[in-house]
Amino acid sequence: MAITLKVNGRSHTLDLDPATPLLYALSDDLQLNGPKFGCGLGQCGACTVIVKGQAVRSCVTTVKSVEGDDITTLEGLGTPDKPHPIQQAFVTEQAAQCGFCLNGVIMTAKAFLDKNPKATEAEIQQAMSGVLCRCLTNVRMLRAIAQYGKAVAR
Amino acid sequence: MRVNRRDFLKASGGLIVSFSLRAQGPLQGSPPLNQLDSWIAIAGDGSITAFSGKEELGQGISTAQQQLVAEELSVPFDRVKLIYCDTALTPDQAHTSGSQSHPANFNTDNLGQAGATAREALFRMASQKLGVPVDQLTASDGVISNGSKRVTYGQLVEGKKFSLALDPKAKRKSPSQWTVLGKPIPRPDLPELVTGKFEFVHNVRLPGMLHGRVVRPPSVGATVASVDESSVAGMPGVVKIVVKKNFVGVVAEKPWQAIQAAANIKVTWTPGPPLPDPSTFHNSLRMQPARDTLMVDSGDVDAKLSGAATVLKATYLHPYQMHGSMGSSCAVADVQADRATIYSATQAVWYQKSTSAMILGLKPENVHVIFRRGSGCYGVNGADTVTYDAAILSQAVGKPVRVQLTRKDEMAFENYGPAYVIDQRASLDASGNITTWDHESWSPGLGNRPGTNRPGNIITGSLLGFPPADFAPQSAGPAPVRVNNNSNAVPSYLAAVTGVVQSGRVRTHAVESRFFTGPLRSPARLQNPFAHESFMDELAARMKADPVEYRLRHLRDARLKEVLSAAAKTANWETRPSPKPGNRRTGIVAGRGAACVLYEGDNGYTSLVAEIEVNQDTGKIVVKRMIAASDVGPISNPDGLRNQVEGGALQGLSRCLGEEVTWDNQKITSVDWRTYHSLPLGFEVPKIEAVLINRTEGEVMGAGETSITLVAAAIGNAIFDATGARIRQVPFNAERIKAALAARA
Repeated sequence: MAITLKVNGRSHTLDLDPATPLLYALSDDLQLNGPKFGCGLGQCGACTVIVKGQAVRSCVTTVKSVEGDDITTLEGLGTPDKPHPIQQAFVTEQAAQCGFCLNGVIMTAKAFLDKNPKATEAEIQQAMSGVLCRCLTNVRMLRAIAQYGKAVAR
Repeated sequence: MRVNRRDFLKASGGLIVSFSLRAQGPLQGSPPLNQLDSWIAIAGDGSITAFSGKEELGQGISTAQQQLVAEELSVPFDRVKLIYCDTALTPDQAHTSGSQSHPANFNTDNLGQAGATAREALFRMASQKLGVPVDQLTASDGVISNGSKRVTYGQLVEGKKFSLALDPKAKRKSPSQWTVLGKPIPRPDLPELVTGKFEFVHNVRLPGMLHGRVVRPPSVGATVASVDESSVAGMPGVVKIVVKKNFVGVVAEKPWQAIQAAANIKVTWTPGPPLPDPSTFHNSLRMQPARDTLMVDSGDVDAKLSGAATVLKATYLHPYQMHGSMGSSCAVADVQADRATIYSATQAVWYQKSTSAMILGLKPENVHVIFRRGSGCYGVNGADTVTYDAAILSQAVGKPVRVQLTRKDEMAFENYGPAYVIDQRASLDASGNITTWDHESWSPGLGNRPGTNRPGNIITGSLLGFPPADFAPQSAGPAPVRVNNNSNAVPSYLAAVTGVVQSGRVRTHAVESRFFTGPLRSPARLQNPFAHESFMDELAARMKADPVEYRLRHLRDARLKEVLSAAAKTANWETRPSPKPGNRRTGIVAGRGAACVLYEGDNGYTSLVAEIEVNQDTGKIVVKRMIAASDVGPISNPDGLRNQVEGGALQGLSRCLGEEVTWDNQKITSVDWRTYHSLPLGFEVPKIEAVLINRTEGEVMGAGETSITLVAAAIGNAIFDATGARIRQVPFNAERIKAALAARA
C-alpha cells in the first residue's frame, strides 16, 4: 500500500507492506546509508533515527506507525562540508574505529542531549547503555558526546 | 562496472612503479610484488595513486599507509590517493590480519620500499632532465629542484613508465626525518562516516539488485532432509528458492520480502550428533585425539619439578568467544554465466577470489573481488561466508544479489575464537627464583580462514559440500632448535624467548571442535598470556614478591622490561606483594594488577596495569583505570596507535568480563546481545592512559592486538590483589567471582 514518509524534511510516497520495518524503507527504498541493520532486534542501536525528537530503533518500528511523522536520519543532521556540531565533535575527537555504530551513537546521544541539556556524566552513560560499539571506542565517543553536551547546555 | 588495471592506469594517465620480496608468492594474476608499477602510479597532474593489499577495517591503517607514501615521495598527505584490496588493481598481500600490515608495508619490503624506489627514480629522471647531479637536488611538494631549475613529478612521468623492479637498496627516510609519518594526521574517512555518506559494503547498490537471505540449519551439524517450496509460494516478491546440498536460501525483490520468505519457508532438517556437555566441556578436551606440538623442551623439566622444594600448579580456562560484529555481515555479488563481480568485506580479496571461483565453478581469472568496508571484524567474522551466500544466490538468479545475515545467523555459525584449557606448573628455589616452567594446553579447532582453496573452512562452503581442512591426530616431533613464539605459547620468562629461566617445556594439543573456529583478535596470543601472566602473579604471591619486580627479575629482553616499567611508573605502582594488606573480606575493595608480553614473540611490546574495585557482596567489578604501555618501534600515527590501544583495552575488558559462547545439546544459545554479553557504549568506563614509547630507529611492529592481549590477566591479578581470590576462568562474571571469593582460605 502507499505509505508517505517524511524524511529529513522531504515527503516520499512509497509502495510498502505497512508492517515493513522503517529501516528497510530508509536504506533500500530511499537509499540512505546512515541507519544500519545491526541486529534487527532493537538491541544495538545501529538503526536509530529521530522521530518527533525521540530516538527510535527503525529496525523494530513499522513504516505504518511513523507515517506522516518527521523522521530525521544521520544524513539529515549535516554533511561532510557542513557537519552538525555533534558530528563535528566526533571528527574532532577522532571518535571512530570501523564506524558502523556511529549512526546509533550519534543519533541516540543527540536526541538525549537535546532533551536533557544539563545531563550529568552518569545520566549520559545511562542513556547510552543500550547502544553498542563493538570496537569499544567508548573513551573517544563519550568525550565527543560530552563536547556536544557542553555546546547544547550553553 | 569492471575496471581492469590497465584501463585504470590509462584513465589516470599514469605511470606505475613497483616490487616485493615475499617468500610465498602471490596468487596468479595479481600484480607482481617486486614491480614498482604494482604499488605506485603518478598521473600527469602529479597526483599519486598508491595500491595496497592491506585494507582499512577501522584500525586506521589506510591513513598510515597514505602517510607512508606521502612521506617517501615528499608530498603532502592529501596528494596521495590510496586504493586497497581490489583484485583488478592491487597486489596480493594475503590477509589483512595478525597485526601484520605495519610489518609488511612499513619496513623493508612492499609499499614503503616502492615509495623509496619511486623517489630515487624520480630524482634520476630529474637529474637527467635538468642536467643537475642528483645530490644537488631536493624534493618538496611534488617538485624536484636545485633552487633555480625545477621540474614536477607529473612533468617527469609524462607518458613514460618506470618499469622498474623494487630496489631493496633504495634509501628510506629515517623516522628522525619524518614530516608526514609520525604525525597524528586525522582519519580522512571520518567526515563521511559521521554524516552517513560513507559507503559500507552494506550500502553497495547495483542496478537490478535483488535481496537474498539464507536459511541456516536450526542446530549444529543438521542436514537438509527436504525443502517445501510451496510453503512460500505466492509470497510477495519471492524470486527463487535455492537449495544446494545443505545450503538453503531465498531471493526476493525487496529485503523485507526476502526476510519474510526465509522466516516462512518450511525446511525439514535432520539433526546432527549432540553437542558436548558444556559442564564438562573443558576437561573433555584433554581426552580427545590430538595433534601435539612440542615447542620448547629443555629436557630437565620433570626432574626439576620432582626435586623442587616448592611446586605450583594451576589450570586456566578460556571459553569460545565470538567476533560478534556490530553489523551482521553483508556482501553483494553479481554473478553472470562466466564471470562474477563481488563486493566483500573479506580480509583477503585474492583468497576470496580463488575460493569463490571454486564454489561458483568459474575460472578464478573471471572473478573480480572488490573490498568494501564492513562492520569491524576483528578476525574471520561472517564476511567471507556471506560473500559465498551472495555469490551462490546471485548465480542462481543471474542478477546482482545483496545478502545480509540475521543477527542469529551471524552469531550461531561464525568461526569462534577457540576455547582453551591451559595447565601451568613451575618450581621455585629457596630464594623464589623460577627454576622450571611447564606449560601444556588443549584447544579445539575446526575450519579456519578459507585461504587459497578451502571454502569448507567456513559455514557456507561447508553447507555446499566442501570439506574443512583435514584434522589428523599426530604426536609431537622434537622441539625446534629456534623457537617461534607466534602464538605466545611460550611464557615470556623462559630463556628460550625473552626471559632468564633456562628450564622449560611447552606442549600444545590441538583437538577437533564441533564449532567452526578461526582467528579472533589476538588469537591464542590472548589465551596463552592470560594463563602465563596470571600464573606469574601466583608465583610472585607465593614468594611474597612484588608482581612487577618479580617479572622484571625473570626477564632478559630490555624492551620488554622497559615497557613494563613504563606502565608501572605511570600508574604510580606501589611496590609490595599481593594481596593488598588491610583489605576487608566484605564490601568494596580496591586492587591493581599488571601483565606484559612481546606480542607474537616479535611484533609489539606491551604492558598493562589495571586498577579495579571489587564488590565482594555482588561479585561486580568496576575498572577504574587502565594504563597500557606500548613499544611498537617508530610510531607512524600516534593518535591512530592511541585509538587502537584504548579500543583494544576496552574490547579486552568486554571479553574478559562477559563474553562467552554458550550452547545446549543441539545448538548455540548465545545468538543476540541479550545472550552474548558485550559491554555497551554506556558503562562506567575506566580512565585509559596509553603510554607510547616511540623509537626513532629499528623496525615497525604491529599494534592492533597489543593491549587486548593482557586485559584478562591484569584484571584477574587485580582481583587477587583486592580480594586474595584467584579467578582462573574467563569470563569473570559475577557468579565466578563470587565462587572464587567463597573459595578463599
